[in-house]
Amino acid sequence: MKTKDITQKIGFAALFTCMLVTLFFLGAIIFFIAARGIKVISWEFLTQIPRGGMTQGGVAPAIAGTLYITLGSIAVSLPLGLACAIYLCEYSPKGIFVNIIRMSINNLAGVPSVVFGLFGLAVFVKFFGFGVSILSGSLTLGILALPVVISATQEALTAVPHSLREASLALGATKWETIKKIVLPTALPGILTGIILSIGRVAGETAPILFTAATFYTRRYPDSVFSEVMALPYHIYALMTEGTHPEEQTAIAYGCALILLVLVLAVSGAAIFIRQKQRIQNA
Amino acid sequence: MHDTIKMKAEGVDFFYGPRQALKNINLDICEKHVTAIIGPSGCGKSTFIRLLNRMNELVPNASLKGRILLDGEDIFEESVDAVEIRRRVGMVFQKPNPFPKSIFENVSYGLHVNGVKDKKLIEKRVIASLEKAALWGDIKDRLHESALKLSGGQQQRLCIARCLAVEPEVILFDEPCASLDPISTGKIEELILELKKYYTIVIVTHNMQQAARISDHTAFFLLGELIEMGETQGIFTAPRDKRTEDYITGRFG
Amino acid sequence: MERHFDEELKGINSEILKMGSLAEEAIVDSVKALKEQSREMAVNVINSDKKIDGLEVEIEERCLTLMALHQPTAIDLRFLTTAIKLNNELERIADLAVDVAQRVLEIVDKPLLKPLVDIPKLCVIAQTMVKESIDAFVNRDIALAKKVVLSDAEADKLRNFVQDELVNDYISKDASTATRAVPLLLIARHLERICDHATNIAEDVIYMVDAKVVRHHPEEL
Repeated sequence: MKTKDITQKIGFAALFTCMLVTLFFLGAIIFFIAARGIKVISWEFLTQIPRGGMTQGGVAPAIAGTLYITLGSIAVSLPLGLACAIYLCEYSPKGIFVNIIRMSINNLAGVPSVVFGLFGLAVFVKFFGFGVSILSGSLTLGILALPVVISATQEALTAVPHSLREASLALGATKWETIKKIVLPTALPGILTGIILSIGRVAGETAPILFTAATFYTRRYPDSVFSEVMALPYHIYALMTEGTHPEEQTAIAYGCALILLVLVLAVSGAAIFIRQKQRIQNA
Repeated sequence: MHDTIKMKAEGVDFFYGPRQALKNINLDICEKHVTAIIGPSGCGKSTFIRLLNRMNELVPNASLKGRILLDGEDIFEESVDAVEIRRRVGMVFQKPNPFPKSIFENVSYGLHVNGVKDKKLIEKRVIASLEKAALWGDIKDRLHESALKLSGGQQQRLCIARCLAVEPEVILFDEPCASLDPISTGKIEELILELKKYYTIVIVTHNMQQAARISDHTAFFLLGELIEMGETQGIFTAPRDKRTEDYITGRFG
Repeated sequence: MERHFDEELKGINSEILKMGSLAEEAIVDSVKALKEQSREMAVNVINSDKKIDGLEVEIEERCLTLMALHQPTAIDLRFLTTAIKLNNELERIADLAVDVAQRVLEIVDKPLLKPLVDIPKLCVIAQTMVKESIDAFVNRDIALAKKVVLSDAEADKLRNFVQDELVNDYISKDASTATRAVPLLLIARHLERICDHATNIAEDVIYMVDAKVVRHHPEEL
């Protein structure tokens, strides 16, 4: 065998090993969580409120809370993010102004999530007086999700071939009609992917909801946007740090982690599926 | 016999920022005739044709001096609506660009956008346009299938049908056969010869034999200037300007 | 920019030149045969015509092929259509030289009726017109072509003179001279026809260069 062949084989082997290591860690995490959490998963666990000092019953309120906050954050980030991306892609003149905006959005993405939490506390909870509530949590997480939605939407919009816009304008459509009837429908799969990715991100955030929405225990399901809620990530944190019955509560924590994991994986899977369909459609 | 002039360029200068792309263009386009614009790459022919339906406005930092007249009226005047001009002056592009929708939706798009709401009228116009574009026979059973499933030549004819649906007066073709095989090209050329009975046609082409085959008048552009324009037959047997002759005989290009 | 096509066009030029010089040779030799009363020379001229006929076919085929394959336009198109016409005219010129040779054969055994004065002059004019019209084609020389067109008047004059002389001074005075006079008269006619064909060539050259049709319109010159 020549030296070139040997070097090539060594290279491949090294890359393959790295991939295996990565897969191993992913698998290990899933296995670890699943092994410890699976024993508490039951229909009761998923649908009942906690009882007995957080040692029995279920975590249904936390699941519901996570759901409400996630939906709330989409309600905030989708319209804002969509409008911002459309403006940046279709209307703004190219130049330094756009670049500054883009840079700012990227910086927003880099802000640590606990800082978002403090921001939410100061502005929504205290200044606007919404208190610890779904509303405050949604607004905070909405802003956190904004860069994700804007990026994905921008990419989807730029991917729409310029020739389609030209064709539409040449037929006598206005710019807005073109965006509404041609660009957005064509970019839809990409935009959806962005939203779904933001769900995956938002569902698992703990720090932002720490001060703005989550509580350890509430007797009732939330009855308005101004109620505080339980949420899965916070519940895990609370059980592990403030729980009074460590043995049962550790298992419950792993159970919540498992639910969260399944949720995020399902969401990623959905995003990949949609993207595949989009590729086939536009080919 | 004096032909009616449908569109006219008067003293047109066009700039991309500081760079002058068109210099003092004066050109007449005769009604219901085919006018071909030829010239080497970068000579300004695509830039010019896009002025005729105000598509140049999509380019930032572009500026225009001079006038472009449609039926005697300046299309760039403040009071004139660009959207209305684009309905009257349609365009077919180099690469077929059907929308990712059904065939029917593609052809009816222009009608929706121009405010036509009567469903029966829309259907009638769609079928008529597809017939005029010589595509009806191919797709009459597939009206609601995706337009992207059609072949390249069929897609281009669909784009033509889409353009015809809004009943334009002038149709601009920007190198319409550049991405098509010879047989599809032949079909489109035949179609253009038919269409010229009803519409005024301007075609930009790299293919000189195509210009020679289908046009009545030919204009030769070079480096942003109009060098020579005349009846096609005259340009190809005895051009007056040496540069025109060098170009069409292939001595440069 | 030189194109491969230009090489082909140059090839046509040289073929036309070749054919032109063969035609000139035939004209000169046919009249020389008359002067020297040589049967052999006359026969030679007649036999050499086959070569010219062959060349005509070859040139025409080459021109047609170039037109089919290259779709020429403007000057190239006019060049090839003119080449085809010239080709034709040259072949007829050569045929007329053969006619002269045949007239020579008719009187070669008899003594010459009169000393040859005007016929050789006519021959020189014919040969010059043919040469100059071909040169005008190859060099795209309009001035030369115009000169050829104008020379035709002199050829006509000379032929009429020969005709008048032979008819008035010989045939009408003594009918028996007819057998020797008529061939001479016909030779003069043939030579004048050669000049007409050369004029046609020159007119076609003017069209080729200027894209102006002057055929049938000598006043346009």
